[in-house]
Parts: sequence; structure tokens; C-alpha cells
Amino acid sequence: MNAITLVIITVILLAVIGLLIGVLLVFAGHKFHVEVDEREAAVREVLPGNNCGACGYPGCDGCAAAIVKGEAAVNACPVGGAPVAEKIGNIMGVAAEAAEKKVAFVKCAGDCTKAHTKGAYVGIKTCTAAAALPGKGDKVCQQGCLGLGECVSVCEFDAIHIVNGIAKVDRNKCVACGRCAKICPQHLIEIIPDKAEYAVECANTEKGKLVKEQCDTGCIGCGICAKMCKSDAVHVENNVAHIDYEKCIGCGACAAKCPSKVITLREQ
Amino acid sequence: MAVYSFKGGVHPKGNKELTAEKALTELIPQGDMVYPLSQHIGKPAAPVVKKNDMVLAGQLIAQADGFISANIHSACSGKVKAIDRRLNASGVPCDCIVIENDGQFTPAPGVGEPVDYSGFTPQEIIAKIKDAGIVGLGGAGFPTNVKMMPKNPEEIRYIIANGAECEPGITCDDRLMREHTDWVVEGLKIVLSIFPNAKGVIAIEDNKPGAIKAMEEAVKGNEKLSVLTLKTKYPQGGERNLVHAVTGMYMESGALPASLGVIVDNVATLAAIYRAVAYNEPIMTKGFTATGDAFNNPGNFTVRLGTSLKEIVEAAGGLKEGAKKIILGGPMMGPAISNLDAPIVKANNALTAYMEDEVEKAELQMNACIRCGRCTRVCPLGLMPQQMAKACERGDIERFVKLSGADCIQCGTCSFICPAKRPLTQLFKQTKPVAMSYIRMQAQKKEA
Repeated sequence: MNAITLVIITVILLAVIGLLIGVLLVFAGHKFHVEVDEREAAVREVLPGNNCGACGYPGCDGCAAAIVKGEAAVNACPVGGAPVAEKIGNIMGVAAEAAEKKVAFVKCAGDCTKAHTKGAYVGIKTCTAAAALPGKGDKVCQQGCLGLGECVSVCEFDAIHIVNGIAKVDRNKCVACGRCAKICPQHLIEIIPDKAEYAVECANTEKGKLVKEQCDTGCIGCGICAKMCKSDAVHVENNVAHIDYEKCIGCGACAAKCPSKVITLREQ
Repeated sequence: MAVYSFKGGVHPKGNKELTAEKALTELIPQGDMVYPLSQHIGKPAAPVVKKNDMVLAGQLIAQADGFISANIHSACSGKVKAIDRRLNASGVPCDCIVIENDGQFTPAPGVGEPVDYSGFTPQEIIAKIKDAGIVGLGGAGFPTNVKMMPKNPEEIRYIIANGAECEPGITCDDRLMREHTDWVVEGLKIVLSIFPNAKGVIAIEDNKPGAIKAMEEAVKGNEKLSVLTLKTKYPQGGERNLVHAVTGMYMESGALPASLGVIVDNVATLAAIYRAVAYNEPIMTKGFTATGDAFNNPGNFTVRLGTSLKEIVEAAGGLKEGAKKIILGGPMMGPAISNLDAPIVKANNALTAYMEDEVEKAELQMNACIRCGRCTRVCPLGLMPQQMAKACERGDIERFVKLSGADCIQCGTCSFICPAKRPLTQLFKQTKPVAMSYIRMQAQKKEA
């Protein structure tokens, strides 16, 4: 047998095998066909595709499936916001309610200039590691931002940064996915409505005297804000002020009288 | 003579010569005395005094709140200045009773008077220990009376007096065994009277020949007592390693020594038991070492509980200029502290001050893991720190638990030996609480 014959036989053999497998696949494709909801693919197409998990489902695929099944609302994606919700609404044939834009907010203003320090922190440079040690990081305050930036490392949207020793959220970039809030060992990050004008930049539950020793700008729980508020939106619980944004009208009376300047007009 | 030990462990520089020959000198506190309500494992004690009350030395100021909790007594006489939140040595606010020290140390009635305890029943002894607020003085602070009440007291075969003192630099237990040999031995005898079938073993590392000699002489002629020489190795004084060295048995994961018929008590705890039973004296004083190259005059002190750390620093000749790091306890396990105004509590036994920060230096040299396996070889519990660290870094709690990471005692042996200077112990410290709650959750699921 010469080389040419060998090649020809091989080619024919492979062609026959290919043909057989092809026929088998076509047959299998018809036999085991799964009905796919076209809308799911369409919804998936519209979603941003960050797979951030802010909706509570495993990535955008999971969210799309949940929306099509009716488990999730059409505005389930906080990242996409109103425009995406509208597109999904069109696909699903439902009118999308406008979802309120929310953002993450760090309840600590104790930056390098204001928070008192007790020494240098030496060790693993993550907040979780520092928070597991007695005395936590280098600040005297045990409940403030540790400034080691674990929130920065989990943010998919480049919306949170360590500025002057504390985490600061960029309101324009933040999509309120809540990853930073979940990882923060100090539980300092709260998801608040973006339209909120004023916020309490402290979460220290110690009494006023101790707070004063720890930070220049800590909430001392004096309660003046609660007294000043006309719409019953500000309350002092556990020695720290908290604003109820459903009631807050943004008048600024609380911020004007706050003696330690922890209730502030949010930066634009 | 046979020298007993365990598998694994490291040999950090002992540094005991700095203070080993410094006798325990009494330190008379001048300033206010502060008593945190939580000086032990378990529920914080509940205060029984009010502001402006007058108290005497040895008077109960806070009562055990619940089964696992301990009484707290004042070690000075004076007026209760405040009951408020103060920072502890690490800078964490905690509830404290502050007493303005009048400098007299007038004892409360009955405190310090010799008692004939020969006819005491085990229950009476345990009640005395409980009333005196004695907790494990080796560092853990577990209420001793709870430890003395295992399910079957007849099955306890060994009472181990832990005189290993394996932490580098600390010598207060060594001094206690040499200067107050009878306190430790009598304390051990009192504990033995609770357990009819138990033998007393005083276990001491072989770098303390003076203590071994003193103890051997003290136990001569008593069949129930013996002295065991241990190899000088860190962490020889860890409960699991000590039990293995003395009895040859291994403790199972999560088990307590009592399950093997063993009870381990620090020698300082035994001395406190003796003082409590024979002199009706609650725990007011304890041995304390101030050591390290940053002290001008390192030494051993008998301090009253509640004395501020600053007074100890002064007694040790003050800190040298440029002192960089102060550790409460020994360098292997002690936490770096930031607040010298904090008081000494029951479980504290040393203050170590350094001119250089080893952790900072190690951090600069930190490198990737080369999988040499040295951490596994030295781990006193036979764990695999390298694998555990990988699980921690990934946040894989399931794997960490599977590797028995929750058994880690955070002795620091793996971090000490690591040639790549990986911060292994800190990773485990961070992950262990999460792992413990994971285990509890799994157990709850199983029950449901």
C-alpha cells in the first residue's frame, strides 16, 4: 500500500465517522430539546453583567432566571437602576416601578486628623485581621473605620477609597451592591437612600466622656439632634444618633445644632 | 533522670537570666486601684458596692454572676471612686470598679487569719476556692472551682501542678516555687484531698533547677506527690502537651483533661488556693515579672491586683528611651498593649518591653510560603498550619474546620519557625472565632 492510498482511506474513514456523529447529534438535539424561555436570555442581555451579587442571586444569570420566574421584581438589579429596570419591564411586559437609588455610607468621620491614635498597628493589613485582635487597629476608638481598606478590595465599581485614613464612598460610582457593608468587620457601612441630605458620621456606642477621649468628631449621644428634629426622624439609640430616612425631610436642624459635628451635609 | 516532653515545639531564646535571680519584691501601690468586672472566662461579675462606699482589703466588691464567673475582691482599703467604663491594657473599654487607695491596706475582718482546715470536706474546700474568686492564673482565667467539680471525682488520677513556665522571659512562677515552695505543695495537697484516687505531679522544665530541687525536697516522703522534670521547650506548659508529657495520653480534639482523669493547675493557682483555704485570703496578690531589654531594672514583684501597669514600669526602673513595644505576658503569646494606665488583672503574669519590634521586622522580610512544612513539624497539636493558612486566606471555613483549625491554641510556634515569616498565628486568631460559630451552627443543624 502506498502513501496516497493510506491518506485516502484515512480521509474517507474520518468523513464517515464525522457524518455518523453528526447524524447522532442532530437526532439527540431534537430528542432531548429543553424549552428555554427566550425572555431569560433577553433579560440577561440587558443586565449589566458585573456578577456583583447585589441583587441577592448568584450573578446576573441567577438574577435573570429569578426575574423571569417571577421570584424577583423587574427592578431587582440595583446596579442597573431605572434604565435597566425599564428595559426588563418591556421584556417582561410589566411596568417598572422606579427603584430608589441607594448608596453605601461609611458611618465614621474619624480620619487621621480627628481620631486619636494609641500606637502603630503591625500585622496583617486587612480590617478583619486587625479587628480580631484585642484593641483592634491603631485608633483609640474601637468602633471606627480601621482604614485598612478591605471594603476597597471588594468593590467592583471603584466607588470606595481610603481617604485620609478612613473609607469614603464616591456617590456617583456607588451602586449600593452592599459588598463593602458585608465585609466590614466593624459593621460601619450602611446602605442609605442617595437623596438623603444629612447623615450621622459615627457609630460609637460608648458614653460621651469616653467618645471625647477617643475622637474629635464622635457622637456623644447628647440627644440635641433628636430634640431639634421636627419630623421625629432622628433618634439616639445606644448612645449614638440615627436618622430614619423615611421621615427625614432634610431640613438640617439636627446638623446645625450638633455639638460634635457628626451630623453633616453629605458631600455631593 | 528521665526528661519528659511532647512531639513538636520550638526553642525560642529563654531570656530567663534577666530576672531568674531577682527575688519577688512586694510592690506597694500608690495610685487608684482598678478592677475590671471581667477578669475571667465567663460572665462578668456583678458589682456589690456603690460609689462612695468604703471597702477594706480582701472585701468582696463584685460577685460571680452565674456558674462560670468569679468573685472579685479589693486588694486595698479605701473609697469606691467610680464604677464606670475604662480602657483595659489593649485599649478596649470595659466596666470597672475604681477604688481610691488610702495606702493603709487595712484587711477586712477574718482575712489573713490562719484557719485549721484539716477537717474540711471537699465541698467546703471548693466553696472556699469559689468565694476567694480564684481563676486559672496561668493566663486563661477559667474559674478554678468549676474545674474542681468534674462529673466523677473518683476517676481523677492526676493533679498536675503546672510549673513549666515555658514563655520566654517570665520567671515569676520559678520564683514562687523557690520562695514559697510550701504554698504550692500545701495547695496541691488541699486539691488532692478533694480527689481520693489522685496523685500529685509537679511538672517543671529543666531550665529551673532551683525550683526542681526545692520541690523535690518539699515532697520527700510523701507517696502521693512527685516532681517531674520536663524538657525545656515551647509550649511545654500548654495543657495538652503537659498532659501528654506527664501521662503519655493524648487528649482528643475538643476534650478537657478531666476526660482523661487529669486536672491541670498552675502553680500560682495552687498557691492562691492554699492562701484562700489556710488563711481565708481571697486572691489579692500575685507574682509578676517585668522583663525585656527596654526595662532599666527588670525584676519580679508581688503585686496587688488592680495596681496600674505604670507602677510596675516604675518599679522596674522605668523604660529606656526609645522603647518600642510593650507586651502584656510573654513574647510568644502576649498581646502588644497601648495603655499603661490599665490595671493588672488575675490572669496577667508579666510585662515584657522591647527596644525592637520583632513583628515589624518580620513583616519587612515576609515572603511567599515555600511549603517547607516546618510549621507542621513543630505544631504542638500536630496540625498543618500551612494548609490551614491557605484555607484562611481563601475564607474556606469548612476546610479550616476539617483541618482541626478550631483546636489551634494560638501558641505562635508556627509563626516563630516560619522561614518566610508568614503571619500564620494572626490568621488563625482571626479565623478561629468564625470556625467556632460554624461548628456550633453545624451541631445545631444536626440536632434539628
